[in-house]
Amino acid sequence: MSLWEYANPRRFMRLTDIVLPWSAGGAALLMTVGLIWGFFFTPDDYEQGSTVKIIFIHVPAAMLAINTWFMMLVTSLVWLIRRHHVSALAAKAAAPVGVTMTLIALFTGAIWGEPMWGTYWAWDPRLTSFMILFVFYLGYIALWAAIEDPDTAADLTSILCIVGSVFAFLSRYAVMFWNQGLHQGASLSLDKAQHVADVFSNPLYVSIAGFILFFIAMVLLRTRTEIRARRMSALIARERQEAA
Amino acid sequence: MIALLRRDLALALRSGGGFGLSLAFFLIVVMFVPFGIGPNSATLATIAPGILWIGALLACLLSLDRIFQLDYEDGSLDLLATAPLPLEGVVAMKALAHWLTTGLPLTLAAPLLGFLLNLPAGGYFWMFLSLLVGTPALSFLGTFGAAITVGLKRGGLLLSLLVLPLYIPTLIFGAQSVTLHLQQLSNATAFSVLAAISLFTFALIPFAAARALRVNLR
Amino acid sequence: MLSVTNLGCRRGDLRVLSGVTFRLAAGQALILRGPNGSGKTTLLRTLAGLAPPDGGHIDAPEDEIAYAGHADGLKSQLTVAENLRFWAQMFGQRTIRPALDTFQLAALANRQAANLSAGQKRRLGLSRMLVTGRRIWLLDEPTVSLDSASTAVFAAMIGDHLAAGGLAVIATHIDLGLSAAQSLDITPFKARPEAHANPFLDGAFT
Repeated sequence: MSLWEYANPRRFMRLTDIVLPWSAGGAALLMTVGLIWGFFFTPDDYEQGSTVKIIFIHVPAAMLAINTWFMMLVTSLVWLIRRHHVSALAAKAAAPVGVTMTLIALFTGAIWGEPMWGTYWAWDPRLTSFMILFVFYLGYIALWAAIEDPDTAADLTSILCIVGSVFAFLSRYAVMFWNQGLHQGASLSLDKAQHVADVFSNPLYVSIAGFILFFIAMVLLRTRTEIRARRMSALIARERQEAA
Repeated sequence: MIALLRRDLALALRSGGGFGLSLAFFLIVVMFVPFGIGPNSATLATIAPGILWIGALLACLLSLDRIFQLDYEDGSLDLLATAPLPLEGVVAMKALAHWLTTGLPLTLAAPLLGFLLNLPAGGYFWMFLSLLVGTPALSFLGTFGAAITVGLKRGGLLLSLLVLPLYIPTLIFGAQSVTLHLQQLSNATAFSVLAAISLFTFALIPFAAARALRVNLR
Repeated sequence: MLSVTNLGCRRGDLRVLSGVTFRLAAGQALILRGPNGSGKTTLLRTLAGLAPPDGGHIDAPEDEIAYAGHADGLKSQLTVAENLRFWAQMFGQRTIRPALDTFQLAALANRQAANLSAGQKRRLGLSRMLVTGRRIWLLDEPTVSLDSASTAVFAAMIGDHLAAGGLAVIATHIDLGLSAAQSLDITPFKARPEAHANPFLDGAFT
């Protein structure tokens, strides 16, 4: 029994039958707890006032926006190397979730930026990087939509994802070189001193866990939909072949 | 390999779209900038390097969809794929031909168009050099986009959407090579990274594009 | 020389052929027969290495296969000689004269390919095979738009190629009158839908 067994659509469906309700339920619970705790049971920041509370949405969305792309990169590589269909479909399923998270991060960042920096948008390296990530997502999704044959689409989008990752990474360093920026450092990090007081970080962790479970539930749900769509077209093709 | 390059150059010359169209487009983009933002020479001087880079980049996009599309439609691409030259070599030659017919003329024209935008005297040399070093990366990345979209009926718009994000690092380091110099700062980092990106695309893109072509041919 | 064992072919998501098996020795030709859509083109493209095989083996010497599909791959802005010379150079050959002579193209050598008739284009496309210097020819419907005289020339060209130790796999409906030709009807190799071929049909789930 190895991990690769779940690359078989049938086994994947059976496993996710069990996992999906738990992750969806967990996401609902943790997001509710994390957000209510964060919004209503934390004090106002002495500098930022209550605007700081947007981090409970902004930070998890931003984390997912980037990590979704990493997940797509990994699943694309798995598809190209081991040709597991579920892997390619998971990448396809994740992209719209990732682009939504990117948009949420950009919008909440703009709403937060106005009281903090006095502007909704600045060409700060972090903000710009997210904008760039957004256009990479758009290209990837558009390519999936444009190609009819599913395996061809999986191959070409995977190649695009790999080359795109390299250039998205280069772009990140390019914009850091190009403008030094306003944005504070990462809000959470393992090795550096904490930037966020404990009173904020605990509900933030809950909220992040909720967002991650939400992401898992969404990707599983969407992958299941894609698998069903592929099965449907395979069944139709078989019927047509048998009739001929 | 040289035979393929010579054929593509001959085709670009004889079909007339090669040098002329992208140069004309470049001129028009540059001409539109003063119309859009006003004829103030000081303003134009500040934005000239960026405008010339963006203009060259957009002009480069125009002819990308022809790199493989015509060969795909008339069956040449099938035959090239079964010829002794590996597809990676085909890609590299196609990208080189595209650069010779697009990137190089744009590079040569940029200093002339620099006059129109009141580019400061110190900028001409670096404008020319940064385009000379950076435009090959644009051709190679564009060839990759063309390889991905070759099987699509209306791939033109999608091609731009796929390729433009890949152009970001080249645009930033290319324009910075000129701007930093004009601000009396060292442009050594920007220029060397620009050159590094170009070299990197020569090494990486032929393999990625050949892989995409094989997928599209099967 | 060319030995194909249990070869499967697929077009997109669909398995088209399975279990294709044949052997060709030097000097032999194989005529592929079968109704439209039976997979002749797919088989030739798989043999040419353009499409990946769906199981099975193709044993052929390295770099000996030349392929000619439905499209001639001609550039209308180039002359007949330039088109031919380009392919000769791509395949590392020096001379195009014999190829021009075979199909009586010498008189048209300096004419732009755009100004050729359909039959003349086809003749030029077929004479391209002569400048590849390769021994295994894969030809897909080579006689389309050829008149009977040109068809005879083509049959003679294949005959010469075989006599010189070459091989040919030809998908065609007409009789070329080749003595060394076997015929292969590919209809029996039509792939049956198999549950395990497509992971999305494996087992029952909704």
